[in-house]
Amino acid sequence: MTENPSESHPPGPIMSRRETLQATAGAVALAALPPLSATATSAPALDTNTVTLTMTVNGRAQTLSVDPRQSILDVLRETLNLTGTKKGCNQGACGACTVLVDGRRIVSCLTLASMHDGAQIETIEGLEKDGVLHPLQEAFVEHEGLQCGFCTPGQIMSGLGCIAEGHAGSPEEIQFWMSGNICRCGAYPGIVAAVADAAGRT
Amino acid sequence: MFPFVLEKPQSTEDAIAAAASGARYIAGGTTLVDLMREEVEGPERLVDINKLPLGGIRVEGEDLVIGALARMAEVAADPNVQRLQPLIAESLIEGASPQLRNMASMGGNLLQRVRCPYFRMLDAGCNKRTPGSGCAAIEGLNAGHAILGTSDHCVATHPSDVAVALVALYATMRVRGSKGERSFPVEELFRLPGDTPHLEHTLLPGELIMEIRVAGGPHSHRARYLKVRDRASYEFALVSAAVALSIEGGVIRQARLAVGGVGTRPWRLRNCEAALAGKRPERQAFEEAAQLATQGARPLHHNQFKVELLPRTIVRALEMAGEVA
Repeated sequence: MTENPSESHPPGPIMSRRETLQATAGAVALAALPPLSATATSAPALDTNTVTLTMTVNGRAQTLSVDPRQSILDVLRETLNLTGTKKGCNQGACGACTVLVDGRRIVSCLTLASMHDGAQIETIEGLEKDGVLHPLQEAFVEHEGLQCGFCTPGQIMSGLGCIAEGHAGSPEEIQFWMSGNICRCGAYPGIVAAVADAAGRT
Repeated sequence: MFPFVLEKPQSTEDAIAAAASGARYIAGGTTLVDLMREEVEGPERLVDINKLPLGGIRVEGEDLVIGALARMAEVAADPNVQRLQPLIAESLIEGASPQLRNMASMGGNLLQRVRCPYFRMLDAGCNKRTPGSGCAAIEGLNAGHAILGTSDHCVATHPSDVAVALVALYATMRVRGSKGERSFPVEELFRLPGDTPHLEHTLLPGELIMEIRVAGGPHSHRARYLKVRDRASYEFALVSAAVALSIEGGVIRQARLAVGGVGTRPWRLRNCEAALAGKRPERQAFEEAAQLATQGARPLHHNQFKVELLPRTIVRALEMAGEVA
């Protein structure tokens, strides 16, 4: 299975890894579901109050109808199907959901989409241009700034912010200014080297 | 997260009217969204104040004036802040992460809720979250908790770094409510927990922080913030100290000192300040003054180390401030 369906795919409808996983998990969940009467829920009553807003995501204007409770992270992943941005802790501690909003790096899990009408958002999906990786993406590959890769989109978006803010002058400075991004694999030396390398190139 | 209605008032007056009738202000949302998702907080109405003209940083004479909606990162990087009150920039950079500093407003920073884990744990007793339910921290895991200003009802520390610096600098704040404006020292924003720990600040219902004002003086440039914590960055303070010294003829004319990580509010140490006045800025004077910091301390089972760490942190911060050319 490949992450990029355009590389090579079997005949028939293209299915992304995520869709495949969802379909499989759905079947398992259905099989495991108790009878409907037993599924008492304590979830709050469904709120029909929605907010309509426009956001420019990776250069494309999007008009969206969102629940005021939805974070930018959830809108990116669930509504726009941009699943490159990851949900790690969902409480602003790990940095996996880092994106740029109006050019500044933020954690999208703690940002309500309904408060960002008109915002310009850049995610990991917007970095590759015409099949060419962004220099910081290239640097992460060259310096092995990842192991499992889950934190990588957040690391790269945060790295862009770090470089743009002028805080990539030394390994020590990069460590301090990238401390909002946790890597549980411990690929920190490669991450610091990649950010330093890309900062030197730009 | 419980449902809520998001209101976007076009004027400060409309925002204040909404909040006076029970709505909650939201700016950066870095505390509130998190606590709403955990269902520790459940406001039915939110007032988005981000479009109100409460941002910006300006200089008026010797005063630095910081708008309540200015972001932490913006304030820390501002040339006037760095030039006039470097202590504020230093304390801001030591707080949170770069992403959170891009989001969090100065007003929200002062009003952030505590980081006591039991406050967020819905099945644990917490008088701050649920008055009368007890304090699980007193007999629980309390290494991060306060030793000063505690009560039998709450031992949580105030988590802000920049608030410690603002208290040390005798900063004031201007707030506006439905009955008009008033100004008061930032220190007076914070309440001691006493037997009402759910009441954290002295703002009246609907009052909105407009700006923070910091007067300059000879102390402003001999000022340092030292934060001691379990990690080198992106961690709350075990102990922190904000120090500003005015030195004339080799003698301390005035010392300003506030500490964080140890008090239930940003903690100004007037007894230490008084002990330093008139002394030469030397280690012995620093140590003698710092010993006064723990008067009245009530350590808990896991945070007794703070009784030793607090004076040591103060001494080191005083040395750092004294070394500023």
